Order: sequence, then structure tokens, then C-alpha cells
Amino acid sequence: MKARVTVTLKNGVLDPQGKAIEGALGSLGFAGVASVRQGKVFDIEVAETDAGKAKAELEAMAAKLLANTVIENYRVEILS
Amino acid sequence: MKSAVVVFPGSNRERDMVAAIEKIGGSRPAVVWHGEHDLPKVDLIVIPGGFSYGDYLRSGAIAAREPIMDAIRREAERGVAVLGVCNGFQILCEAGLLPGVLMRNAGLKFICKEVKLRVETTDSAFTARYEKGAVIRSPVAHGDGNYRADDETLARLKAEDRIAFRYVGNPNGSIDDIAGILSEKRNVLGMMPHPENLIEPLNGGLDGRPLFESLLAA
Repeated sequence: MKARVTVTLKNGVLDPQGKAIEGALGSLGFAGVASVRQGKVFDIEVAETDAGKAKAELEAMAAKLLANTVIENYRVEILS
Repeated sequence: MKSAVVVFPGSNRERDMVAAIEKIGGSRPAVVWHGEHDLPKVDLIVIPGGFSYGDYLRSGAIAAREPIMDAIRREAERGVAVLGVCNGFQILCEAGLLPGVLMRNAGLKFICKEVKLRVETTDSAFTARYEKGAVIRSPVAHGDGNYRADDETLARLKAEDRIAFRYVGNPNGSIDDIAGILSEKRNVLGMMPHPENLIEPLNGGLDGRPLFESLLAA
């Protein structure tokens, strides 16, 4: 089963990398970029075939390792 | 005093740490590899600086989930002193032994220079030999030293006198100028600066020495 875990910074957490990217987009001539927040995407394949169980397992992975819940949120999607 | 320095793949300041402890304390620390499940019986455990696991995922994130961390957690709960410097601080935060997190420096640059720190509390086995309010010199060398914690955690750190060091001239954007914090039981200290690199005249100063003297006398 294939899944995707998306990790994003919580609102209000300063994102210096996102700010730098925002500035670079501006200097490339992309006007009107209001803000950029950088995150991470993990494509994970698991042996589990039950979507509900796989999702629960991936949620645990995200909470224990993939995201630092002090500053980050995560979202798990089952792709196939 | 017996001590142990824990080494992860990518640690690179363990030799400086071993040398500092040996020079000041007189006996050589045990060097413990990250895959171990147990620690020798010691009075001080140190996680040195470096780039464990190449800073992959987040600084300290992978190291914080290694088997040796369970042993460190057990010893910390027993009251054994645990010092994490630089990457060691990042690992302690990721492992939940200290609150908060260290993010990318606000200016995005890796900072390698000498900074000034103010000793904010002398109520710990790490800082007892300093004077409260003293401003000391210390080298820093990090890309992810920007300490963050939520408002509630920050308020607790302040109320419980757990901020050990603050920057005088914040180099990395850390909230409230925080350079080092103590655990609730005050036996775990995490700090970004490197006291082990300022312990003898050849280093250009002795300002890191009282930290080890406090610990080794305790």
C-alpha cells in the first residue's frame, strides 16, 4: 500500500527557509507571492493491505518520527 | 567522578569533550557507541556536538530515537547529570528530555564564531561555579540553533529558573535569547555553545572551565 505523509510547519512558527524562498521568487519576477511555507513530503510503501490499519500505522510513524509536533503538523493520505 | 561521552554516526566534537573532561576531572570518560542499550554506571553523561546522521530529517531527530537514548532517559530519571552540547542539545530536545526545538538560524547562515553568554542561574550542578549574571565567552558553531518553544513552555522555563544561559547579542534568533536550558529536575542541561572549547590558555580563554569544575566537583 502506498501512502503520502505531508509535514508542514504550524501556523505562527517562523520559517526562515520559506522566507528566503519567498524572496527568491520575488527576485525571479514572480510578483504577488503573498507567502511561502516550506514543508516535507514522505512517500512510504507499507506491507499492510488494510487502509484503516495502514493509516493508523502511518499516523504513529508521523507522530513518533516524521514530524516534530512541537512545531509541525502532519497529514497522512493513502494513495493506493 | 565517572563520565561517559556518547557518540553517534556524525558526531564530531567528542574528542574535544573527552579532552576537556579528562583535563579538568583527571579521569578519562568512557566513550559509548550509539547502538548500545546500556550505559556504564557514571555520574555524568555527555552528548557532544556534530552532525549526527547528517542532520537528516531534522537535526538530532534520528539520533534521538536510537537505543542508547532509552538508557540515557533512564539514567536522567535517576538524577544522573546529562549534558548536551550543540547537536547534543538538539538530540535532547528531539528525545523529549528537554522541551522545545532548535530550528534553522534566523539568518539562515551557519554561525561559527565566539559569542557572549550571560549565566542566568547558578542553581544547577552545571553552573554552580559561575556567578549569577556573569557574562562569559563561548564559541558557537551551528546552523540550527534557533531555540523555539510555545508560550506556555517559555513561561514555565522562566518561572522555574530553568534558563541557564542567554546570549548577549543573539546570533541565531533564539526566542528570549535562550542559549541553554535545564530540565525540570535540573540535572539535564542542553546548550548550543561549546564550553569544552574554552578550557585552557591555548584555547584563548578559560570561560568554559567552571562548567566542568561544577560538574566534576558535584
